Amino acid sequence: MSNLQELQKTINYDKTFDCVQCGYCLPACPTYETMEKETHSPRGRINLVKMVAEGKASVEDLRDPIEKCLGCMACTTVCPTDVQYGQILEGAKEVIEDHEVKSGAQKRMEDFLFGSFFPSKGWMNTLGNMTWFYQKSGLQSFANLTSVTKMAPLHLGYFEQIIPKQPSPRKRAKRTKRYLPKRKASAKVAFFTGCVMDSVFFETNQNTIDLMVRSGLEIVIPEQQTCCGALHAHAGKVQNSVELAKRNIRAFEEEEIDYIVNNAGGCGARLIEYHHLFEEGTLWRERAERFVSRVKDISQILVDVEGLHFTKPVDKTITYQPSCHMSNVQGVKTPPLELLKKVPGLELKELERPDFCCGSAGIYNIINYEESMEILDVKMKDVCSVQPERVVTTNPGCLLQMKLGIEREGQSEQMDAVHLVDLLLEAGPQV
Amino acid sequence: MEQWKEALQKHIQEERILTSLADRYSYSFDASFGEHLPEVVVQPSNRDEVVGVLKVSNEYKVPVYPRGQGTCLSGGPLPVHGGIVLDMSQWPESIDLRVDDLTVTVSPSVLTARINEEAMKHGLMYAPDPSSAHVATIGGNLAENSGGPRGLKYGVTKDFVLGLEVVTPEGEVIRTGGQTIKNVTGFDLTKLLVGSEGTLGVITEATLKLVPKPPAVQTLMVTFDDVHTAGKAISKTLTSGILPSKLEFMDQACIQAVENFNPIGLPTHAAAIVIVELDGHPEALKVEKEIVQEIMQSIGATDVVVPGNQEEADQIWHARKQVSPAIAKIKPTKVSEDATVPRSKIPDMMARLEDIKQKYNVEVVCFGHAGDGNLHPNILCDKRDQEEMKRAEQAVEELFQAAIDLGGTLSGEHGIGTMKAPFMENELGATGVNMMRRIKDAWDPNGIMNPGKIFAEKGQKLVLRDE
Ligand SMILES: Cc1cc2nc3c(=O)[nH]c(=O)nc-3n(C[C@H](O)[C@H](O)[C@H](O)COP(=O)(O)OP(=O)(O)OC[C@H]3O[C@@H](n4cnc5c(N)ncnc54)[C@H](O)[C@@H]3O)c2cc1C
Ligand code: SF4
Ligand code: SF4
Repeated sequence: MSNLQELQKTINYDKTFDCVQCGYCLPACPTYETMEKETHSPRGRINLVKMVAEGKASVEDLRDPIEKCLGCMACTTVCPTDVQYGQILEGAKEVIEDHEVKSGAQKRMEDFLFGSFFPSKGWMNTLGNMTWFYQKSGLQSFANLTSVTKMAPLHLGYFEQIIPKQPSPRKRAKRTKRYLPKRKASAKVAFFTGCVMDSVFFETNQNTIDLMVRSGLEIVIPEQQTCCGALHAHAGKVQNSVELAKRNIRAFEEEEIDYIVNNAGGCGARLIEYHHLFEEGTLWRERAERFVSRVKDISQILVDVEGLHFTKPVDKTITYQPSCHMSNVQGVKTPPLELLKKVPGLELKELERPDFCCGSAGIYNIINYEESMEILDVKMKDVCSVQPERVVTTNPGCLLQMKLGIEREGQSEQMDAVHLVDLLLEAGPQV
Repeated sequence: MEQWKEALQKHIQEERILTSLADRYSYSFDASFGEHLPEVVVQPSNRDEVVGVLKVSNEYKVPVYPRGQGTCLSGGPLPVHGGIVLDMSQWPESIDLRVDDLTVTVSPSVLTARINEEAMKHGLMYAPDPSSAHVATIGGNLAENSGGPRGLKYGVTKDFVLGLEVVTPEGEVIRTGGQTIKNVTGFDLTKLLVGSEGTLGVITEATLKLVPKPPAVQTLMVTFDDVHTAGKAISKTLTSGILPSKLEFMDQACIQAVENFNPIGLPTHAAAIVIVELDGHPEALKVEKEIVQEIMQSIGATDVVVPGNQEEADQIWHARKQVSPAIAKIKPTKVSEDATVPRSKIPDMMARLEDIKQKYNVEVVCFGHAGDGNLHPNILCDKRDQEEMKRAEQAVEELFQAAIDLGGTLSGEHGIGTMKAPFMENELGATGVNMMRRIKDAWDPNGIMNPGKIFAEKGQKLVLRDE
């Protein structure tokens, strides 16, 4: 194969032809709205991918438009011809990554981050523990503690104030591998803990387990599981993400289970697409499909088993900020709302544009801080006009971003942000 | 740097002048065919900036192409000779409603559906409803004189324009028309500018007419087992004293495509379906519904569906909206035409389409606004297959000729642009085109304003292939 042919294959040139350039996706795209250029619209990005595949533009020309895409997939929900934008985006990222000339230090940092840091339970626990240590001891800055922060120009300082209070290392170590409900379990669920989720939102994970046990489910936590690989795929490291997928598929095959449940919209979106990573007809594809067929978001499972009712009123006005990956990729839209409606005392006010991304998008808000904040500002305008006391989200990234938004608007006295799971547990769930 | 590029910087902020290759490629296309790289893209946000840009273009004789959201289906905003793309879409939105006058003044970048949304809040309606209304700008609609299904009863964009503010190719600002519903002062430059496809100037503001929002609507879906009967039923309805707000048509291929795409239980055996929408007072609608039903049955409809509630009605209209995406599944490249014929000639046009389909061995399907004879024959092909595209080009040519032969026109709403320019003489004759050209030359002596559109260059042909 010639170089150009190879490039065309990786970049999914063939899929770009499904785009009829109708522009229906323009009003849905947050970066088109804030960056005000066709170059940062879905249609523009697809066209550029095509131009690169035809040798009319270089991979370098593609870098900025692709890096500034949130990957929120809002464009795919309105596209009349069902363009596989996700696959085009991933192909483009892979090509950009392949072409990049990186300094030794940058390479080592990335190898560490993507190879060792996110996929490692040890590191994730350390991150959580260090945060705990920092919070307890009041050390100067979280930013100095982890090597992540040396990747200038990151703005981790801003995020530092919004990270939730961490449990002590002892509490962290106390989690077991299996939880049984009081009565006979109605189904057996394997819990996908996530990497950052399990480190920074350890409590939310514990609450998730608690909710499921109360619903009468048996929970197992496969020990060999690892990071879902979303961050790797977003960084164009497709091979890494395939490796992680294999590790997870293997880990969740160890015992017979009915569902694989996660509580992070972004991870869930990755998990349900595992089969796309393997060629049709292969054994891995089959194993991936089996895995995918059992993946559910926590809100789906809670609605499906219908076990819980809520006993403690939560007298608050809330609004719901859906995770893009949960709505647009997993197609899970109504279950969180159904659950919220069951909580007594809650007044739910809908956002004018709930489907507009909050700008968190994996680690987009760290890498593209300025652009992310512009998007967050649009979101916060909507949030502030609803005047909720609480913003409910279903993804750790969105949760942090909303907390940051509340800080930035100087609204932290009036408002807070919580994960759906934490709110549900607060409402005294009982069978 | 070339002088004209430097000159531009005096008139517009630097970050609003885009020169990177990625940015230029992003403004090199529209929703039709062809790709032409501009030298710069300029994003004005007020009238003075447009004046500045046009003065520079005129002085240095650099072509300039206005562009809305690039949803044009005939190549209107393509920078065919390089030069400057004037991206009007980032101009700040302004919608100034004067409820008591039933008028609204808007900035050129406003998305058309937004105008209707605002009007609805006051019990009013902006009637023109192209299916691209929530994507396309009003500037683009005015330049293309866009229409939609409601055109049957209410008319197209030009019927709703009262006045315009336009920057001429020489960089002067003029106002045409005014704020009143009646206005017969002098030549009607407003109507001349509407539909001029950006070849006479840049629209920077428009005052539009609103109408009262009809209190109720009623949908009917009628099935026919041959196209001829459908055609007769359409004529009979229109001469019965009832004017539906919409009268839409889908042929069998479209029905089947929609059912394959997203099944909702359309009659796949039918040769055609006609969807009727009546609007007006609820009491009047009851009577009109009966009459339409009777007409359809007496002419030989095989079935008339009257939806029991709004949800069912929405489903029927949803099916109609799904036609475009659904037929794109037959083959990826869609050459969407809008040849329009006198209403009585719809069956003849359908017969001609069938011949064309056989002769050139291409997929042709047809749907559209039957109430005003505005059909959308679509040729489905694959851009990657050069040989098939050649046949598609020939089929399109013949299709245009068929429309003209039947007393129709090249375009009911998509405009001429680059795609239909070679056929203008067939419809208007050499003198007809020449009179238009003279007007163009008088307005734009240096020929800088959106060149290559409407008027064919010597030997220009329809091209759907990458050459
Ligand atoms: C899926 C789809 C459905 C469509 N449905 C319809 C339909 O139902 N009815 C219909 O009529 N059309 C339809 N169209 C065609 C298209 O949407 C219209 O022609 C629309 O008016 C174009 O608006 P735009 O903002 O995208 O303008 P562009 O495509 O960017 O430009 C269109 C033309 O307007 C000129 N122009 C733009 N702004 C200005 C300005 N401010 N001053 C002067 N000239 C200007 C350009 O030079 C160009 O010639 C459809 C298109 C698509 C893709
Ligand atoms: S909506 Fe789909 S087909 Fe239309 S321009 Fe966007 S990606 Fe392309
Ligand atoms: S994924 Fe989101 S940001 Fe990226 S092009 Fe689509 S809508 Fe825009």
